[in-house]
Formats: sequence, structure tokens, C-alpha cells
Amino acid sequence: MALDQNQIRDIAELSRLQIDDDQITAYQQNLSNILALVDQLAAVDTQGIEPMAHPLDATQRLRADVVTEHNQREHFQAIAPHTEQGHYLVPKVVE
Amino acid sequence: MHNKTIAEISRDLAAGVYTSVDITRELLARIEQHDAQYNSFITVTAEQALAQAAAADARRAAGQASAWTGVPIAHKDIFCTNGVLTTCGSKMLSNFVAPYDATIVDHFNQAGAVSLGKLNMDEFAMGSSNESSYYGPVANPWDRSRVPGGSSGGSAAAVAARLVPGATASDTGGSIRQPAAFCGLTGLKPTYGRVSRWGMIAYASSLDQAGVITRTAEDAAMMLNVMAGLDAKDSTCMDHPVPDYTATLNDSLAGLTIGLPKEYFSRDLSPAMAEKVRTAIAHYEQLGATVKDISLPNTHLAIPAYYIIAPAECSANLSRMDGVRFGYRCDDPKDINDLFKRSRGEGFGNEVKRRIMIGTYALSAGFYDAYYNKAQQVRRLIKNDFVEAFKEVDVIMGPTTPTPAFPQGSNSDDPVAMYLEDIFTIALNLAGLPGMSIPCGHINQLPVGLQLIGNYFDEARLLNCAHQFQQVTDWHQHTPHDLA
Repeated sequence: MALDQNQIRDIAELSRLQIDDDQITAYQQNLSNILALVDQLAAVDTQGIEPMAHPLDATQRLRADVVTEHNQREHFQAIAPHTEQGHYLVPKVVE
Repeated sequence: MHNKTIAEISRDLAAGVYTSVDITRELLARIEQHDAQYNSFITVTAEQALAQAAAADARRAAGQASAWTGVPIAHKDIFCTNGVLTTCGSKMLSNFVAPYDATIVDHFNQAGAVSLGKLNMDEFAMGSSNESSYYGPVANPWDRSRVPGGSSGGSAAAVAARLVPGATASDTGGSIRQPAAFCGLTGLKPTYGRVSRWGMIAYASSLDQAGVITRTAEDAAMMLNVMAGLDAKDSTCMDHPVPDYTATLNDSLAGLTIGLPKEYFSRDLSPAMAEKVRTAIAHYEQLGATVKDISLPNTHLAIPAYYIIAPAECSANLSRMDGVRFGYRCDDPKDINDLFKRSRGEGFGNEVKRRIMIGTYALSAGFYDAYYNKAQQVRRLIKNDFVEAFKEVDVIMGPTTPTPAFPQGSNSDDPVAMYLEDIFTIALNLAGLPGMSIPCGHINQLPVGLQLIGNYFDEARLLNCAHQFQQVTDWHQHTPHDLA
């Protein structure tokens, strides 16, 4: 399936990716080629086949409901781009 | 010293032939002198390595040494290393000093191994040539104009160039086996869930598995002994008994049944590659194995299914790279959306962006059933092919790759052409099965690999098969022609 340029812009927006205008054509072509590759799947008869979520059909392991992590805020925030008083800072989101 | 395997170094250290500091110094000097032409390391941790080596020698002097005490290795830069830059080959993590150790890194540290540093890789493990790294392409030591394979290209090139005797690696669609084949090495991708992935930066979580690239099957067995086992921190890690993988290396192969899938000897395989694989199979027959023709009829669907499932999972996993808590952040964001979009747009390379976008599209409203659900159904068909085959055979063999290492730049304009390079390796990841690649010959002076596919948790048998082959052949002992 071929994608048009507006679809590429929509997908980039959903993906939160800045794509420069001069690259839209290249993405359009490459992503359309990838979709052409995966479109082979449409012809496969999968009637009644259970989708496979885990190779060994394992289910999520549960653990005892006890605290295992201690607070390491300073340690983890030491590598953050911008923090103040224990908070991660981002541009203002509420007017 | 630099030509020694892990097993030989372990024995030499025990016998006092040289110390851990001696060999660590020699390998660090080799990296300093030669790695500019390969670009296999992103970070060399010389100071920490020498400190670990000195501590290992002290433990040995105190009579507390084990098989791994003082043995040098290096880690693919996908594994978090506490206090050490962990980039995953991306600008996005070019400032990420991990605040903790991955479980397997911790296991090697506890075992007494010495880490020389962090190895180059395709960005976020997405690639088959190690050309998508933000830190530049890696050269194949057998021919520096060619790719080492990917995504674990740095792991393979460093071991092939004798800069380190063994390296950790990871495999989502062939990222251990293909570079091992291209560089004349032994690569092992364990069963999904055999090895903890805690602290291994996630690409496609239902496919990713940690493994190793070494020169010999014996070394791979030694490394897997350190890595395998349940980890409470990884909920996908399986609770399954861990044998001593070195204990069965010398078992006889008499009575072994090998399956040869007709789909792996199709028109995708060059006649020269087919001949090398057939010659290798003949060695196995001389070792007492019998051969049976089998069919894996859904083989041709593996790449299409993978390029829905892996991008879908990567689009979710990489959403954590947002410029807020760690990693790259754009300059002067004008609002929160601009912060997300420019940090990600500037921080990710093209291949990563393509896969995020394909995954986002496949998971978007109205397309989920047609793409993701369909791919997961096809995935079960692919798995069922293997389940049926393993009712009749003990191990499946075939080529690891369609051709030997290709020249750098040859697939760079067409992502789909690059994806097709993984035609023989990707189905195992979809099925969750263990696989190996071992050197089985040369074509035009370039190494090629024999792929061994095992049943679930049958790594010991694969290693046994690989080791026995390496007792009657010497392809794994060849070194790149112009190696200094």
C-alpha cells in the first residue's frame, strides 16, 4: 500500500517525530516499499489461528506485593536534561 | 596473548603463565593501536578495566579464583553499565551514563570478568550492517571495505580483530548470528527468556534476546554459564533449569538427526554458499549424524511478519526517549510538543525513525487487525512449522546468510533490500528458538557461517554440535589475512 505525503506527516505527528519537508518524499517512498513487503501477509489464510503473544505461551509471572525499590531520585535525576527541586522541567503546558 | 580464547586465558591465568593485568594491558594497547581502522569500540574503559584486573589478580593470590577471574570481555553498547556511557549507537543516548548495571553485566562482574569497554552497534540494534550507528560504521576485519554485519557489528569486529576474546551481544532478527557469520566467529542466540534482558535497552520485546559472540563453542558455553537463568527483574525471563553448558561439549553426535529445510536451499542461496553448507553437513554425517529433508513452509512469511511486529514494539519501547528524563534534548523548545518532536527528530537516525513510523502506522486505529494481529497469527504458523519439524529431528541446519559480507554502502538506499539479508535468521526470533552460527568455510577469502537451530532450551545440544564440528574443522581458527 502506497502512502501519500499527508499520511507521512500524520504518522510523523503521531510518532512525535520532527521530519523536515525535504525528507518527506524519501520517507514516503521507503515506508511505502516496507508496506508493500508486509502486504504479503494479507493473502495468508489465518482463519482460526490464535495470535501469538509469547513464543512459549508463558503468562506474566507475579511476585509478592512488597516494596523492592527504594527512592533514588537524586541518582536518577543526575542524568536528566533539566531538573529543579526534584522535578523534571519541561516548557509550560498550562496557560 | 591476544590470540588466546577465553578457555585458554582462563587456564593460563590459573597456571600463572601471565596475570590479568598483563593481558588486560596488552588488549587495551591493541585497541588503542588498531581500533581506529575498525571502529568497534564506542567507549574504552581502560582505567576501570585495569582496576578490575588488579582486583582479580589479588583474589587469585588469596586463593579465591574461579574460571572467570580476570578474564577480559567487552559489552555491546545496548547493555547498561553503571557509571559508564551507554549509547545504544544513538545520538539520543550520546550523553546517557547509565545509573545501574544490566543483570548480565552484573553477573560478569560478580564472576570476576574484566570489561574493556562498550562495543559499537547499529542504532538501537536496528540494522544488518552496522552502518546506522551514530558513532560511524564498523569495518569487517576480513576486508575493511565490507560490513561486519549487524546489529552486533562492533562485538563481531572486536573479537575477529583479536581486540577481545569474547563479547556480549543481542539478537532480535539475526543480530548475533549474521555478524558472527560475516566475521568468521561463533555466535549464540539463546532461547527467548533464557537470559535476562533487564538493563538491555529494549527494541522489540517479544523478540529481543541477549547472547554472545566468541571464537569457539567452548567459549560461548563458558559465557552462557554466566548469563543464563531466572531474573526476578525481567518478567519475560523463564524459570527453567540451567545446566553446565561446558559439561556436554564432548558428547558423541552418533544418532543425532539433522533436519535440512528445503526452503533454506532455495534460489535465495548462492550456489557457493550451498556447497559450503553441504560440505559442513557431510562432516556431521562422518561424526555419526543422519540427515533428513524437512520443510518449513511458512519461511517466506518471516520477514513480512517481522517488519510489522518489530516496528510495532519499537514504536512503543522508544516512546520513553522523549528528551525529559534522560538522553538528548533539543535546544530552546518552544512548547512541550516541540520538545518531544525535535528531541526525537534530531536524536534518532533515519532507520530508527522509519521503524517507529511503520510501527505507529500499524498500531493506529483501524489498522491494528490488518497488520499487528495478522502478523501475530502468521507468527504462530511460523512457530508451528518448527514444532512439527522438531518432532522428527534433533537440530536443524542451514546457511546463516545468503552471501558472505557485502560491501559498505551497497544497501544504503533501499531499506527493504537490507531487510532481506536476514531471510534465514529472522524466523527463529519469531518462534523464540535458540540458534548459533559457526564458521564453515570461505568464499573469495570471506568467511561464511553454518546456522544451527535447536529446540526450546536446547542450547547445550547446539553447543555440543558446534564444539564437535570445531574438533574436526579449523575454520574457527583462521584469522583475518592482514591482521596485525
